[in-house]
Amino acid sequence: MEAVANSKVSAFVENWSLPAGNETLRAEALQALKGMDFPTTRVEDWKYTRITRITNKTFHQSAMTLDVKPYIIPNLEAHVLVFVNGYFQKNLSTILEGDVITIADVNDLDNSYYTNVLEDVDENVFSLMNKAFATAGVYLTIPKNQKAAYPIHLLHVSTGERTVANVRHFIQAETGSKAEVFATFHSEGANDALVNVVFEGHIQENAKLTINKLQSEEQSTFHIANEIFVQDPSSNFEINTITIGGLLVRNGLNILVEGENCYTELNGVYLGKGKQLLDNHTFVDHLFGNCTSSETYKGVMDDQSIGVFNGKVVVRQDAQKIQAYQSNGNVLLSEQATVNSKPELEIYADDVRCSHGSTTGQLDEQAVFYLRARGLSEKKAKELLVSAFIGEVLEKVDNATYRAYVDELFWQKFGWQF
Amino acid sequence: MLTIKNLHASIDGQAILKGLNLEVKPGEVHAIMGPNGAGKSTLASVLAGKEEYEITGGEVDFDGKDLLELETEERAKEGLFLAFQYPVEIPGVSNINFLRTALNEIREYRGEEPIAAKDFMAMVREKSKLVELDAKLASRSVNEGFSGGEKKRNEIFQMAMLEPKLAILDETDSGLDIDALRIVAGGVNKLRNQNNAIIVITHYQRLLDYIIPDFVHVLADGKIVKTGPKELALELEEKGYDWINDNAQTV
Repeated sequence: MEAVANSKVSAFVENWSLPAGNETLRAEALQALKGMDFPTTRVEDWKYTRITRITNKTFHQSAMTLDVKPYIIPNLEAHVLVFVNGYFQKNLSTILEGDVITIADVNDLDNSYYTNVLEDVDENVFSLMNKAFATAGVYLTIPKNQKAAYPIHLLHVSTGERTVANVRHFIQAETGSKAEVFATFHSEGANDALVNVVFEGHIQENAKLTINKLQSEEQSTFHIANEIFVQDPSSNFEINTITIGGLLVRNGLNILVEGENCYTELNGVYLGKGKQLLDNHTFVDHLFGNCTSSETYKGVMDDQSIGVFNGKVVVRQDAQKIQAYQSNGNVLLSEQATVNSKPELEIYADDVRCSHGSTTGQLDEQAVFYLRARGLSEKKAKELLVSAFIGEVLEKVDNATYRAYVDELFWQKFGWQF
Repeated sequence: MLTIKNLHASIDGQAILKGLNLEVKPGEVHAIMGPNGAGKSTLASVLAGKEEYEITGGEVDFDGKDLLELETEERAKEGLFLAFQYPVEIPGVSNINFLRTALNEIREYRGEEPIAAKDFMAMVREKSKLVELDAKLASRSVNEGFSGGEKKRNEIFQMAMLEPKLAILDETDSGLDIDALRIVAGGVNKLRNQNNAIIVITHYQRLLDYIIPDFVHVLADGKIVKTGPKELALELEEKGYDWINDNAQTV
């Protein structure tokens, strides 16, 4: 890789080959990577998330295939697009007939449109590496004033030793359209695998886009996600992120609200065990007035796991009459578990209604005793309390079929029932 | 059913119960009265298995089992029920779901099948009527946003659902207006039978106008200092607890 000279970053990508398609964008990304380094914990945005566990290793691109049936969401009638190690698996994918949507290759995305939509958004070393080396991804369009007939399920699986999956998706929700997208991430027999995903989109006027994201990889994978969405006036965007897997997970959610009368909802549940580090960074930038954003993230951390929440909301000077709500709650189930929670509100307008709150504590011992005094075992009592705690966020998942799938996963993985 | 012999318990190194004796037989209602700080609530907590208390001496036999060796939940499964003085609010946990879980855990312990959903709901309807608990409250989060009276009624509703052998009512009358007191007491009376027993812990005599005890015990300084028939409660109400302290005689 001669384009990126003499840095840890260049060593990191040294044995990756540049995939074909959209050479212009790849060249730009490589150019931007020049001289860049990986963030250390001295950088505020990465203070609690040490990524040397990732950057002191090298990963390789590897097109592989496997049986993805275990990862299909039961009873969900959806378009299913399968990516294994970041490579599109046409044979394993299902595109249902008779839908209005267009599913294209992300390389087909028009560069001038793309640059125009996302010009105000900051890139970072991972998003740039992704853009240079993305091996696959969809460019999904929901046409004007139409509703997608079926949800779109982007199914990702990682497998193999030291593999990297650079996958990049773009969703264009045209004016007045409506769609629901599921993005699930799993791994099978993966060891020290890296998932580096970029998920971008443009929600145009009066459009509604809902994304349900599930990260359920083995505790031997690293997952870095950069999610950048731009909202036009009167649009509606909702993303629910459920993180139960991965050894080190970083979700960087960046929402640019570029119009009045928008609604933005971000919800998250993260459950850590073992030595997992689960990091949710969110940024909502209100540039115009009369918008509402609402954010609820809840974490339950066990063993020596570490949770990070950093939720930033900026209300620009001209963005009057903004309502921005943010809350982060955490429960620590063990003495060794840690949570670093940092809600940030930056308000430059003077007529706004904003609130933020953060709580971290243990389960209420009085409540545990009360339940035990009625015959519930200590384990059962704690499960019930944990379920109640995160149930509030899970309630925000509207799709009953997907919700049933998530409930089943929780039951299998943790023995928690809702 | 319950035999307490020479029970000593302390919290944070401070002795609270100092040699308490009590014998409760099936079909009996025992009232335990006493001044604040006498150890009434400690007795309830120790019997329910609250871990903050250290047992420093004595023994408790519950239907042939060494009660003090059992975990809190095992005591419940054996048929011991504590109606809390301060019922805990548990947001997000529905009263109904939690009760069904509790009931099924108890049934499993007894080697019985889980209760069918239909039978369970019929039982909820029947038992909530006992204490005039609004069916809506039964399905809300445990005690969340309940008034003081509703919380106490919910305790007795749970008692009705779980059908314990021995129920300990810890200051169930505190914070109840006279109407609520009658409702709660009426519920308890309907649950009385020849096979179960009730220990009523109270500071005041007024509850005992409605739940008529077979025995009244006076607890003072960690011991039962006087035992008598129901009239003893009235006497205490008139003369105050100082009268006991002045005439303390161990039973």
